[in-house]
Amino acid sequence: MSATGIGARVERKEDRRFLTGAGQYTDDVLLPGQTYAYFLRSPHAHAKIKTINSAAAKAAPGVLAVFTGEDIAGKVNGLPCGWLITDVNGQPMKEPPHPVLAQGKVRHVGDQVALVVAETYFQARDAAELIEVDYEVLPAVVKASDADKPGQPAVHDIAPDNVSYVWALGDKAGTDAAFAKAAHVTRLDFHNNRLIPNAIEPRAANASYNRADESYTLYVANQNPHVERLLMTAFVLGLPEHKVRVIAPDVGGGFGSKIFLYAEDAALTWASRQLCRPIKWTADRTEAFLTDAHGRDHTTTAELALDQDGHFLAMRVKTRANLGAYLSTFASSVPTILYATLLAGQYKTPFIHCEVTSVFTNTAPVDAYRGAGRPEATYVVERLVSTAARELGIDQAEIRRRNFVTQFPYQTPVALMYDTGDYNAIMNKALQMADVAGYAQRKTATQAKGLLRGIGYSSYIEACGLAPSNIAGALGARAGLFEAGEIRVHPTGSVTVFTGSHSHGQGHETSFAQVVSDRLGIPIENVDVVHGDTGRVPFGMGTYGSRSLSVGGSAIIKALDKIIAKGKKIAAHLLEASDADIVFKNGAFSIEGTDKNVPFGGVAFAAYVPHNYPLDKLEPGLNENAFYDPTNFTFPAGTYICEIEIDPQTGQTRIDRFTAVDDFGNIVNPMLVEGQVHGGLAQGIGQALLEECRYDPESGQLLSASYSDYAMPRADDLPSFQIGTTCTPCTHNPLGVKGCGEAGAIGSPPAVINAIVDALAAYGVRDVPMPATPQRVWQAIQNAKA
Amino acid sequence: MELTQSQWIPLPRQEVWDALNDPQVLKACIAGCESLDRVSDTEYALLVVAAIGPVKARFKGKLQLADLDPPQSYTLSFDGQGGVAGFGKGSAAVSLFEQGDQTRLDYSVKAQVGGRIAQVGSRLIDAAAKKMAEDFFAAFIRHLAPPTAAGGPPGEAPRTGLAVAWWWAMAVAGLLLLAYWLTR
Repeated sequence: MSATGIGARVERKEDRRFLTGAGQYTDDVLLPGQTYAYFLRSPHAHAKIKTINSAAAKAAPGVLAVFTGEDIAGKVNGLPCGWLITDVNGQPMKEPPHPVLAQGKVRHVGDQVALVVAETYFQARDAAELIEVDYEVLPAVVKASDADKPGQPAVHDIAPDNVSYVWALGDKAGTDAAFAKAAHVTRLDFHNNRLIPNAIEPRAANASYNRADESYTLYVANQNPHVERLLMTAFVLGLPEHKVRVIAPDVGGGFGSKIFLYAEDAALTWASRQLCRPIKWTADRTEAFLTDAHGRDHTTTAELALDQDGHFLAMRVKTRANLGAYLSTFASSVPTILYATLLAGQYKTPFIHCEVTSVFTNTAPVDAYRGAGRPEATYVVERLVSTAARELGIDQAEIRRRNFVTQFPYQTPVALMYDTGDYNAIMNKALQMADVAGYAQRKTATQAKGLLRGIGYSSYIEACGLAPSNIAGALGARAGLFEAGEIRVHPTGSVTVFTGSHSHGQGHETSFAQVVSDRLGIPIENVDVVHGDTGRVPFGMGTYGSRSLSVGGSAIIKALDKIIAKGKKIAAHLLEASDADIVFKNGAFSIEGTDKNVPFGGVAFAAYVPHNYPLDKLEPGLNENAFYDPTNFTFPAGTYICEIEIDPQTGQTRIDRFTAVDDFGNIVNPMLVEGQVHGGLAQGIGQALLEECRYDPESGQLLSASYSDYAMPRADDLPSFQIGTTCTPCTHNPLGVKGCGEAGAIGSPPAVINAIVDALAAYGVRDVPMPATPQRVWQAIQNAKA
Repeated sequence: MELTQSQWIPLPRQEVWDALNDPQVLKACIAGCESLDRVSDTEYALLVVAAIGPVKARFKGKLQLADLDPPQSYTLSFDGQGGVAGFGKGSAAVSLFEQGDQTRLDYSVKAQVGGRIAQVGSRLIDAAAKKMAEDFFAAFIRHLAPPTAAGGPPGEAPRTGLAVAWWWAMAVAGLLLLAYWLTR
């Protein structure tokens, strides 16, 4: 392994610019003639718009235009949903219009009502205050549990009972039969708390129109600029795709919330042409809370059937998912395809059935958030498994071992085929790193302090590397899920890599450069990675589902293979040998078995200055691109062990130790992987202990709309993590990688809650809802005592 | 938000009732009231400019009286729009009980806020509204039964007490403003 090759701890190339303030985020982009936008948003969760009077706003200083729903009606279509789910009755999901500016009705607090464009941001904002909107306030449906009860208001006319779809996966009859003969059934009811993503950079966009060539450029804080362009041009604005360039420059975190095509992006793009001026909008933090797609919000009844020895016989899951007011871009796939398929976990449960009812409410749209369906599935599985072990008096590690999948490939009863894994190896390492052997001693020490101690396990699996396009298509995806990459070798041998994957914190510019540097045997300084620009990168599907390295990296490998294959032909000509005798190693093409060689740079130069070159059979130049469509998902897995201390007087939980052992397959940069795991753990622990999006159940007002009411995890809420890895390389991608971006957020919530329940087991507490705030933990103790 | 409280006023019930229903008193009482127009016997439109620190905003409101049972009880509903700062609406049930030459005023308020105030100020509302209620009635009593000893410094206009359940309309307006200011 070289100091900068695959497997090396290379410091991030991008950090210099980020740490010295040289990053270029969307809000940093200032275009000639720049104007600024402000969106007037609904203060009501559900209301008819009777009239909008914007005359005073239009006359206000600096104002260039005020657009409302009326102005765009018939010109701008609604936002599309990228995944079609078919209801159990065979009908397509109810897919109501998702207008870019409200059309006569607002459906959640924050719904965009008018777009004001002015010479400065504050002029636009001041003018928005002058817009008089006459609302007829309607009753709101806020709680998903109420949404389809009789008498509830309908969010959309086309879904009078507020149900978008009821969807199911698995063998229901087989599952029911297994339950009927089970020796033990464990049942839990819980809510997977709703979260607000909170990327450090709020959403932002800057749209411009060039009347010289009738083209548009949209800078946008986004995770997948090509998808943004495709959806916006083909579905919303009806523009020719080649006339629209979407650039997602430096992006400060996404966690899924920047996958989606948002109304603001389309509205600005459209408006930029009306004004022939560039228009910039950056969300303020309140707007981010109100309008970034939220995450999770599942209410679930889950049951696990076991035999007397603790072997899993079947799992039955009924989930109600809150979609919010509109179907966001991938909203329909999250509580279905990305959720129910993961309910097998690491276990050979023979029968699984899951039914999901997804409902509309007068709340912000809910969509993918770090893990997207898989944290919800893992929470179901690992809470059930831990509870069952306790009920049956089986050790937590032991019950898992008894049920681990050990033969691969393994076909789950919920549609996935695990290619490889070694869950016992992960468990062994986790037990050792967590010093489970020393737990009893630590518990005694904790008790001596008058505190409670608990230990919680979570053995998660996730499906990453989204996705084989044909399978995704069969499941309802309205897009392909391959990735594209281009390797441009310059005449002097340096390389620019173009990837359709996007980095918004992941560190692609480093890890992808490591891959290229390793394969081509050239210094990492000679490799630059370009991403996030439809004008420069051939195509791309972007970053989500921990797919960048496994899918995007594989496309780069394929392009590198083409480069090397062509390089061999050029080298063979230069070395006067046959193609078949040329080997490429350590940055040089040589005749096998000899020391006759030509360095990579020499081949590159020959390709661009083809004086001595096989022009009769080979094109000049050294520039290749490739598309890679995976043949399967990848299946990272891990075991997390969390130890907590609780002060029973206050209910305060403190995480004392947290061990995460993951099998991510091969690892390109361990430091980046550790960073990803740390971040994921922080978010997962945030979900377990702190974070909760809460709406007023009647008015639909967002009550947790600022950092004073929405608790983000801070450094002192987290312990120093113990992190380890094991490796079973992925069998079906050339790098043998699986993906690490979401694991921490997927595996950690049940580990924390299992630890809390373990600590409170002496009181007979069986469950504590997330987030397990001090008040809730204290209340659980009091309830159990009563 | 829901709030139920009682207040003793050292005046006969009829006098208290009259004060609570005198638009001139109301207008004079409400700090920053730019206009108070009687739309009908039971409906008023008002425009209030409220200020917190450097921030000022104009609130447009509508007041409706219902279930009038003079001089014993009535219900007052309020709907105020503070532009981008949000809105407040709700109702107050007010009852007057006579005991000797004193009057006990019971009031029960339900209020709902939306927009920015709900987003940043929800958990401030109860405490703030309660404080404003207390302040209001202190002023109201001072107005109706001024203490004989000199109250304010010489030259200060006599503080006319705020009327009715205005306190909470003002509480909402104030909080809207606070919310607006906090998020600017």
